[in-house]
Amino acid sequence: MSEKQELIISKREEAKPVPATVVRPPVDVVEDESGLTLSADLPGLAKDRLQVRVDSGTLMVEGEASLDIPTGTEPVYAEVPPLFVYRRSFTLSRELDGTKVDASLKDGVLTLRIPKTEAAKPRRIDVKVG
Amino acid sequence: MYESLLRFPGDILGEFERLQREMEQVFGGVGRPVSIRALGRGAFPAITIGNRPDAIEVWALAPGIDPSKLEVSIDRGLLTIAGERSADVPAETDKVNVYAKERFAGVFKRVISLPEDADPARVAAQYRDGVLRITANRREEAKPRRIEVQ
Repeated sequence: MSEKQELIISKREEAKPVPATVVRPPVDVVEDESGLTLSADLPGLAKDRLQVRVDSGTLMVEGEASLDIPTGTEPVYAEVPPLFVYRRSFTLSRELDGTKVDASLKDGVLTLRIPKTEAAKPRRIDVKVG
Repeated sequence: MYESLLRFPGDILGEFERLQREMEQVFGGVGRPVSIRALGRGAFPAITIGNRPDAIEVWALAPGIDPSKLEVSIDRGLLTIAGERSADVPAETDKVNVYAKERFAGVFKRVISLPEDADPARVAAQYRDGVLRITANRREEAKPRRIEVQ
């Protein structure tokens, strides 16, 4: 093994992985009578990499996105890194049913439907005149 | 010169990360000049460009768009990505409340200047997971070749 090869090998071992950039995805949140709808932009995130968790009143959306850049590509311009992590969490209020969250991911857009608990749905309260 | 000796294919991700950090600084007001057509941070769709010996590739992060409504065109070396993303957010009524409206909605257009050797006849575009990937192959005659020494 030549000296140069040795140098390259030791250099490679030293190279530490760059910590992934964390991106806070933009969202739309809309409430209607029966629940909340949350939409989030998550381009580059494959379905099997997406994690949606509800834990003690906190909704967490997380996943690692990749642009699938082939090896041998030289960077020219980068508004987004080739690998990054989406992460954003929300606290759910008591009237929302975290156990019945429905999630779908299509073309890089996540749609979550969080229903309200039965008791929390709006009721009309009659005002008695007396 | 020595730096290029020590660069390995495995470090490409790091190189893109470094470039992205540099661009954050550039758009923050300092640093080297950028393309006259660059729009800065927060533009829709966000793009990343990479060079390969046989092609130049562009990744555009354009989630939630019907691929048939994406317009990709090349004219005199300028690659244009255009389209429209409709707003899904309903109007507020007494029964509907909108708490956040951060996602981009409306008409968008981004223009990228391709290198001279990009072949407009051999450009491919693919849309997956909300990412539009455009591959512009280089002209055959422009590819690096080995010249035999007689």
